[in-house]
Amino acid sequence: MSTYALEFEKPLLELEQKLAELKRSAATGTALEPGDTLDSEIRRLEKRCAKLQQEIFAELSRWQVVQLSRHPNRPYTLDYVQRIFTDWIELHGDRAFADDPALVGGFARLDGEPVMVLGQQKGRSTKENILRSFGMPRPEGYRKALRLMKLAERFDRPVIAFIDTPGAYPGIDAEERGQSEAIAVCLEEMAGLEVPIISVVIGEGGSGGALAIGVCNRLLMLQYSWYSVISPESCAAILYRDSSKGEKAAEALRLTARDAYEMGIVEELIEESPGGAHRDPAVTAQNLGLALRRHLRELRDLGPKGLVDDRYAKFRKLGPVTEPRPEPASPLRRETD
Amino acid sequence: MLRNGAMAWYHKVPAPKLPPEARKSRMEGLWIKCDGCSEIIYKQDVEKNLEVCPRCDEHFPLPVRRRLDLVLDPGTFDECDLGLETTDPLEFSDSKKYKDRVKASARASGENEAFVSGLGRLAGREVSIGAFHYGFMGGSMGSVVGEKVTRVFERATERRIPAIVFSASGGARMQEAIFSLMQMAKSAAALARFRRVRQPYISVLLDPTTGGVSASFAFLGDIILAEPKALIGFAGPRVIEQTIRQKLPEGFQRSEFLLQHGMIDAIVPRRELRDRLSQILGLLG
Ligand SMILES: [Zn+2]
Repeated sequence: MSTYALEFEKPLLELEQKLAELKRSAATGTALEPGDTLDSEIRRLEKRCAKLQQEIFAELSRWQVVQLSRHPNRPYTLDYVQRIFTDWIELHGDRAFADDPALVGGFARLDGEPVMVLGQQKGRSTKENILRSFGMPRPEGYRKALRLMKLAERFDRPVIAFIDTPGAYPGIDAEERGQSEAIAVCLEEMAGLEVPIISVVIGEGGSGGALAIGVCNRLLMLQYSWYSVISPESCAAILYRDSSKGEKAAEALRLTARDAYEMGIVEELIEESPGGAHRDPAVTAQNLGLALRRHLRELRDLGPKGLVDDRYAKFRKLGPVTEPRPEPASPLRRETD
Repeated sequence: MLRNGAMAWYHKVPAPKLPPEARKSRMEGLWIKCDGCSEIIYKQDVEKNLEVCPRCDEHFPLPVRRRLDLVLDPGTFDECDLGLETTDPLEFSDSKKYKDRVKASARASGENEAFVSGLGRLAGREVSIGAFHYGFMGGSMGSVVGEKVTRVFERATERRIPAIVFSASGGARMQEAIFSLMQMAKSAAALARFRRVRQPYISVLLDPTTGGVSASFAFLGDIILAEPKALIGFAGPRVIEQTIRQKLPEGFQRSEFLLQHGMIDAIVPRRELRDRLSQILGLLG
């Protein structure tokens, strides 16, 4: 794991490094101070670390949330698969053109119950990121997702979809093979799928490329993730003609998990480990696992038709508009009377 | 969400030198230069020809009302969903407040929103119909447009009649952010319900159809038609060029390119549009 640090994480990491050094010298007995002084110094530093972390994370800007969502050490789809599920088997290919490593999927068990798990997958190294197109699926990725969801429906297995993409891949080949059609068909087919669907934004939820696996009964978002119609940089490029103004665009778009929750888009926010999911993936995965189990239990009672109706109701009401009331029929007065 | 500068359009140009007698009759008119053939043509000739260049068949944008007149039986259009307005849920503002932008666009375009919806008759058959107006904020889809599109499918479902949508849009409207995105799911879900009544949905792609509109109901037609040379795609050409850092091939993302790649059923010139729609409704409806 790399030692990458975001600018606002640095003071905390420096303090933690100091603490680690102190602990090391206490353990090896190389310290100059007597043991008691050292112990109390360690305790003091631990408290300062906790306090500093709390201070930094209490008031994150939207842009800082975006940065956390893209942290190179942040857990990705396959990390959660490993930590939350058992008996995982990855299934490949769209049966038409190729296998897209930017979107992975397969069956696994959650507390023994078989489920379909899929999601966009980013790469940890540059080499892996090129292979996985930085988590930006091509049409074959969405067609694989669709195939797997239909497969899950046939065998009455719930679908759990992890969203983590800056957007669908924008390229010549993706357009040639019908990126629009691939996403559109996912939207319609998911709307009618007769098994429970839970989608979780674990990092980035960028535009139609994210929504393509997001037509769900329950939408969850990790605390430091974002979801919007466009990435802040692309938005800035259009609005301010300057893609470096992502920070400003992030504010205008109100794209954080908390924003989405306040706007009624999201059913539940999942608490990450203190300092973000990358600081303790196990804790974050545990929180997420508990929420998934709870929502699945609730959804099971709805039945196939109930699930489709529930999903329809969820999306039908999204999009606030005002409408003039129909004019009440005015009592007609005849001039000839 | 995406804006395209690549749209076919024409430029106003000063009148060419003409013999005095010709000038007399055409003085009042406006001369335009066609982007397709670079010819300077008389604007009225283009208007009379459904906004298609009489020389080279280049299709210019057709205003939404004229589009509906073109395909529907005269006097049968009954507009629905009038007066729907955005609540501006994000209180969005860039160089201009979103609400002011909407007002300015309404004034400039003569339409209240980027989509017109209603019921009408096409060759005697009742249809639920809707069409984008690209002139209103680039035909972008916010909550009002998404709601209207959804209602086109809902009315078609209730009445068990065919649905027809003409798309011309840069995609989802940035100013309503996540709500705009959700319109893609909302309209697609309404379409999923519509399929049960087994009536045709014909989607007609106009210049341009990209982004969130392209990646939802526009590409979900039972039959997908396009006008000649329309720009159609998910990502706009500028975005693709910036990502892959190479020039795009000639004709990329145009109707003819999509037909060749198996993404649309047919390209239909504007003058044949009504007859083709009528033919398909006859075969499927
Ligand atoms: Zn011409």
